[in-house]
Amino acid sequence: MGIKENCFKKSLWVFHLSAGSCNNCDIEILDLLTPRYDVERFGMKLVGSIRHADVLLVTGIVTKKTKARVLEVYEQAPKPIIVIAVGTCPCTGGIFTSGYNFAGPLDKVIPVDAYIPGCPPKPEAMLAGIVKLLSQPPKSGNPRTTSEAQP
Amino acid sequence: MGKKTIVPIGPYHPLLEEPEFFKLYCDGETVVDMEWETGYNHRGIEKICESKTFEQVFYVVERICGICSTSHPFAYANAVESIGAVEIPVRAKLIRSIIGELERVHSHLLWVGLAGHFLGYNTVFMWAWKYREPVLDMFEIITGNRNSYAMFTIGGVRRDIDENKASQLIKVLEDVKIKTDLLVGAVMDDPVIHARLKGVGTLTAKDIHDFGAVGPTARASGVDIDVRRDDPYAAYDMVNWKVITVKEGDVFAKAEVRLLELYESISIINQCLQLLKKEKEGDIKAKVREIPAGIGIGHAEAPRGEVFHFVKSDGGNSPVRHKIRAPSYNCITTFRRSCIGGTISDAAIATAAVDPCYCCTERMIQVYDHNSGKRTMSAAELIKLSQQKTEELNKQFSAKDRS
Repeated sequence: MGIKENCFKKSLWVFHLSAGSCNNCDIEILDLLTPRYDVERFGMKLVGSIRHADVLLVTGIVTKKTKARVLEVYEQAPKPIIVIAVGTCPCTGGIFTSGYNFAGPLDKVIPVDAYIPGCPPKPEAMLAGIVKLLSQPPKSGNPRTTSEAQP
Repeated sequence: MGKKTIVPIGPYHPLLEEPEFFKLYCDGETVVDMEWETGYNHRGIEKICESKTFEQVFYVVERICGICSTSHPFAYANAVESIGAVEIPVRAKLIRSIIGELERVHSHLLWVGLAGHFLGYNTVFMWAWKYREPVLDMFEIITGNRNSYAMFTIGGVRRDIDENKASQLIKVLEDVKIKTDLLVGAVMDDPVIHARLKGVGTLTAKDIHDFGAVGPTARASGVDIDVRRDDPYAAYDMVNWKVITVKEGDVFAKAEVRLLELYESISIINQCLQLLKKEKEGDIKAKVREIPAGIGIGHAEAPRGEVFHFVKSDGGNSPVRHKIRAPSYNCITTFRRSCIGGTISDAAIATAAVDPCYCCTERMIQVYDHNSGKRTMSAAELIKLSQQKTEELNKQFSAKDRS
């Protein structure tokens, strides 16, 4: 196991980015921090800057206006970074696919490591998704193992 | 005027969950001017609604906002039912009110928590969100989902509340009431919170009228408006409750209004549940064959204020025009009055006090200057943000002389 995989073993620091969401997934993510779910016991916490983060959680559809910002945030992220699409919107676009301001599902914009569908996914589902992602062996070509991953 | 410093906040910053951009012009610690820019969340919902059938639109408008995800279907249902002059069954009216008020309980608890977080009282944040969990559980029991309940349909509701669920709900509400007492005690008696919130972000009744603010923001400045009483819909004219108003208009008053509204909401739900018990079995949905041509206007009191929906039908399957106005749209404009003149550190709580909901509000993609016709937003200047997102929100950078 290389040093890059090793750094994802414990205490993931998470940066949350709302691309164009309805707040639903966002408050469920915040819910994870509060006493019932309390992910801080695993050392996970929300950080204020992408430069400190191991994980980038993206919620909401990527709108035409946020597309450039999402890219910018991804570029500023220290590589390797895990990108997780939380909710139906970043996974597929869901109900907003036909909207004129829809700039594609998240994986058309930046590489995505895990998809957590649901509208909104329950906090348990988010935890399960992260556990699943971390317990699988890293694939070659997976953006989190290639530091030069370009969107 | 001395040298002015610009403090950009956003679009991605740790203060709020949603992307929005504020530019505070500061002279020393004092905010002398501010600009804000929204539009990041614009998803084109009004246009999407025109491509859906009347039934399907419920699930689109529900996703305007995840926190007030009943108020939009509520207002839309009122609008569509006013076109067709649909009379909905009493049982459906009661269930609609119960869901609407339950949502207010969860939303106000959420706000109290976030406000505590902004002030640095993370204990209040944790408490309030912990007390909110049983309410979400109740939502899951009644509607099947913690958020986005999908309860409403034209002519009624989709799921019934039976005896078993009603008794569970009463138990949860008793518990929430006890916890609300705790929170009220913690907030109202804390000298630091008094010092921090009193006289901050004050809006007078005139400001409210000037900017057209609605909801708890208006009621905290002594403006006595509430759609639930002024134009009763659902079951609000069948129960006894009062509109909470406070005179002061500062952030403390807004917190007070929201905390006291929790009691009113709990009382409304309890009364509705009693009426529901008396009603026994009954239809929860009126049969609606078609929506005739015409225009319908519906409004509902969301936790943040009045939600307004305009629907135009040509007698076909789907709306030909759907216009939505969310409460934050009115309330956000009051930032200019509430933040300017205060310190930067108070700007955060003054903006949070109206419980802004940007996903409700997003209307435009680009902002054009009225006079020059030029695009006022510049991507490069906005994007500086990401690096600066530490807890130190007030750190000043990019000094610029505007004089």
